[in-house]
Order: sequence, then structure tokens, then C-alpha cells
Amino acid sequence: MRKVTTLEEAVTRVQDGMTVMVGGFLGVGTPHGLTEAIAAKGIQDLTLICNDTARPDLGVGKWVVNRQVKRAIVSHVGTNPETGRQMIAGEMQVDLTPQGTLAERIRAGGSGLGGILTPTGVGTAVEEGKQKLTVAGKEYLLELPLRADVALVYAAKADKAGNLVFRRSARNFNAPMAMAAECVIAEVGEIVEVGEIDPDEVMVPGIVVDWLVLGKGV
Amino acid sequence: MALSSKEIIAKRVALEMKDGDIVNLGIGLPTLVPDFLPADVRVTLHSENGFVGLGPLQEVDADLVNAGGQPAGIIPGAAMFDSLKSFELVRGGHLDVTVLGGLQVDEQGNLANYMVPGKMVPGMGGAMDLVVGAKKVVVAMEHTAKDGGAKILKQCTLPLTGKGVVSVIVTELALIRMTQDGLVLEELAPGVTLEEVQAKTEASLIISNGLKTMPGFE
Repeated sequence: MRKVTTLEEAVTRVQDGMTVMVGGFLGVGTPHGLTEAIAAKGIQDLTLICNDTARPDLGVGKWVVNRQVKRAIVSHVGTNPETGRQMIAGEMQVDLTPQGTLAERIRAGGSGLGGILTPTGVGTAVEEGKQKLTVAGKEYLLELPLRADVALVYAAKADKAGNLVFRRSARNFNAPMAMAAECVIAEVGEIVEVGEIDPDEVMVPGIVVDWLVLGKGV
Repeated sequence: MALSSKEIIAKRVALEMKDGDIVNLGIGLPTLVPDFLPADVRVTLHSENGFVGLGPLQEVDADLVNAGGQPAGIIPGAAMFDSLKSFELVRGGHLDVTVLGGLQVDEQGNLANYMVPGKMVPGMGGAMDLVVGAKKVVVAMEHTAKDGGAKILKQCTLPLTGKGVVSVIVTELALIRMTQDGLVLEELAPGVTLEEVQAKTEASLIISNGLKTMPGFE
């Protein structure tokens, strides 16, 4: 199946009201070609799942400034004052989620698990409304899976079969998110022929990647 | 030249490390700690955005940043991974020490450092995972708030980052260790009196029989 497509074609998969996962950590490892295109198109009412809301002029931070996000499930918003402002004003729902728990919820969503048990957040506001279980005398929170309609990820390199290789700290949430959406669009720095990536080097198997877009880099 | 408050704190925190420790340093003051490590103590730094082996910046690489999003370096022998592996290491007990700032700490070893409701909502990022996972949790902070109010309290009033997680508090005035009996004042910074520490601390402090001046400032 042909996976390589254009940026314009790829972003037609993202529509108003969708839940969208976006890789990156403060914009590093974010597919900026895709996030820019979505900002430019003004797609609305998005539920954003991302580590953070970057900065007002960067990555998904622009979506927040453009008021394209109705709900954000993130671990950190401190670098984007507009997120905090919309949160306090009640204009956007922000579900602050511990970073490790966010990663595990995405993993659960992508790997067929009904949830995960974590000690993180026990005794804090994070436990509100959640089921608490005691296993071998220790308390854990049941954290439920997260899935998305579309995942937008960034990789340094892909082959035409969609096999992904990440580089340095740009891997972050991209790997688990590529497992957890109905449609996975990977923006990549380089596209090579099938067979040019050693199978042992593949970090995300191409079978989970739907579309490849040649990007401009991190 | 006299050390600043932050440098006094960082210098004393450095003595909490043992050679070979795996350490995560929070943003801000904690990043000063490596400058003060004794010559015979080498630690490996974990960066929660996805690697161990954080080192001094050599040359800027857009794919390589620290957990504050700033350009970073890696040392020979570093290992890169995704956010899942990063927090498996954190929660799985593979970190010896985490050093992070604090807004409030209390007699139960509770820590609040991720939000002031209605005012400041940066979010917890990886802090909630770090405080439940690391073997030793060092809170490195100035002893009192900017308005002079106490930060070491009988009971935290801000939302908690972790419940009963603090191992030791290091301030520019004192070192206070959490024990089964409560908070024990073990050390005073040079020139600081017991009376001054007590006046600036709301929590009840147990005065150690071996109360001494902070080492390393002779």
C-alpha cells in the first residue's frame, strides 16, 4: 500500500471535533509541518493529547492561541501562558496528567490493555474520581487507556513501508502515540527505500503507520 | 566570594550524592548541583524527556534538549529512549536521587510544587512520578517564600505533588531530614542560628543531638 503522501493530503485526515495525539516535548520531536498546517486550516474543537502545550509561537502552542483546542490532556502547560489563562478562565478544559501516567495511558490504548496501575498521584488531586486498588499492601490508581482519531508523530527517518527511526530526545511520546490512534501520520526528515533500514534498527514497525509526509525537520 | 543562597543549597545538595548514583535534577536551582560535586563522586544524570547520560552542551543539536527544553549534551555511554522507558526507569526504582524545588513541605513529608490554584498552573510534568519512584527525594528550595512566609509547614495548603515522599530538605539556612519521628534539623548553614531557623519554620522540628554546621563550607 502506498503510504507516502503530501502534507496537504495528510491533513485532510484531521477534522473538527477529533481527538489528536501529537508527539514532542516542548516542541522537540513535534511534526511541525503538520501542526503548522492544522493551525493554518483552523480546524476546531480538538481534543489534544500531548506532553505539553509548547510555547505560544511553537507547535501545538499555536493551536491553543488560535482557540482550536477545547480540551487538552497534558502533563505541563507552564511554557505557554495562554493555556493557563484559558484554563483559569474556564475556556478550555485542561486535564493535567503526570508525565509517566500519560505515557502509560497511551501505551494501554495502543496495546489492548484495560488500564494500568500506578502509584503516581496517590494522595494527590490526581486520584480524584479514580478507582484505587491495593495490591500486596500498596495503593495504586487505575488509569484508563487513551486513544485518538489521529496521531501526528515525527521521526528522523522512515522507509516507504513506514518503519520509523527516531533520533536523540526527539523520540519521546512519538513511539507510544504511533500505536494508539485510528490513523497515524508520520512526518519524517528522510524517506528511504524499503530494505534500507536494518530491521534491528526499526523503533516503530511500519504496519502501524498509515501515512508518511516528508517534513522539514524538528 | 560569598556564595548566593542558591549556590549554598546546590553545594550542600551535592553532598547527598554517592559515587555511581543515577540522578534526576529538576529545572532551575537543581541544575547547579553538578558544579559542586566532590571530585570523587560521579553521577549519571537522567533526563525525563528520554535519556540517561545528560552532559554539558557541546554543540547545539535540534533533536537534543534537556527536560527544560534547552539544548543539551550527552556523555559517551549515554542511552536514548522514549517516554515510556524514561518513566519505567523513574517508577521502577532505578533512580537513586531526584532533586526538585518546592513551594511547600510539611511534617508528614508531603511536597507541594506544581500549582497555586487560580494563579500558577504549570502542571506536574514528571514530578509526581519522580517523587514516588526515586529512592531519595531531595527538596532544594529557599527556606521562606518571597514575602517571608514559611514554606516548611505543619500541613501543606497547596495541592500535593506527592504524599509522604520527601527524604530531605536543603535550604540556604538548614538541612532537615524526614524521619519516622518527624522532621529532624541536622545542620545549620554557616552563621545561621537555631533561633533563626525555628522562627522561619512553621513545622515542629526535632533538634538533632548531633546538630552541626553544614560541611563543606570551611
